[in-house]
Amino acid sequence: MKAAILVFPGSNCDRDLKIAFEKAGAQVSMVWHKDDALPEGTDIVGVPGGFSYGDYLRCGAIAANSPITRSLKAHVERGGYALGICNGFQILTETRILPGALLRNANLKYICRTVPLTVRTADSDFTRSWEVGQQLQIPIAHHDGNYQADAELRAQLEGEDRIAFTYDENPNGSAGDIAGVLSANRRVLGMMPHPERAADEAQGNTDGRAMFDGLLSALVSA
Amino acid sequence: MKARVHVMLKNGVLDPQGEAVRHALGSLGFDGVEGVRQGKVIELDLADGTTEETVRDMCEKLLANTVIESYTVELA
Repeated sequence: MKAAILVFPGSNCDRDLKIAFEKAGAQVSMVWHKDDALPEGTDIVGVPGGFSYGDYLRCGAIAANSPITRSLKAHVERGGYALGICNGFQILTETRILPGALLRNANLKYICRTVPLTVRTADSDFTRSWEVGQQLQIPIAHHDGNYQADAELRAQLEGEDRIAFTYDENPNGSAGDIAGVLSANRRVLGMMPHPERAADEAQGNTDGRAMFDGLLSALVSA
Repeated sequence: MKARVHVMLKNGVLDPQGEAVRHALGSLGFDGVEGVRQGKVIELDLADGTTEETVRDMCEKLLANTVIESYTVELA
């Protein structure tokens, strides 16, 4: 599996994401935002957390118009995989690759702690290693994680089984407790919690590792 | 020429920052503040002859996220 991780000015989870992919056995390249092409044969693009472009205008808005993001869109349109975590999720909604939007947390506070999540679908290569209803402990670290989806969008996401994770104790005001959503073809996942910060014994938590292992076994056999 | 773009959260989207401002006004003793909505004003210096349509295109592509925000354009 070949993974490409986008690096924007202000990304700060890019190296953790690289290590998580590498530990699962992927070959990883880091791709600077000014590059206009992904490496040949990229299977999955990782859009990491951080504060791309200082969160100016709106979180993810400037990154969504970066040169490399055009290649990301083309990759996704071809049916390529992408994983956006935290600021990466914000970027995926700003590009409209994923629906909805992320607003300031309802309590206006930056929240940095490990929270319980429930896996809502196992029908994706990101979540295939888990069972529906399984609880995970995954860290969150964000100021703008309040997922906005109107009733119509929520019904659609529920109807199409595209809600990947929900918060057990909603920390940020997200509609329907939604913590992560899948694209219609189930090959793009955006989520606010950080599985790459729970993927190694040294991090004191390995609840997130199964995502990377699951992706690897899916994309190697594909 | 100049253009001024106002970006606001759409009606129906809860504005937590506006709510916090409303509470702060209440605690300063300003009674009767029933709602506060906070938005952005973006001023653009533009080449003469830039059309409103072009500015609206800027809003659609970058200045506003029309999933949650609405915008108005004033040309001066």
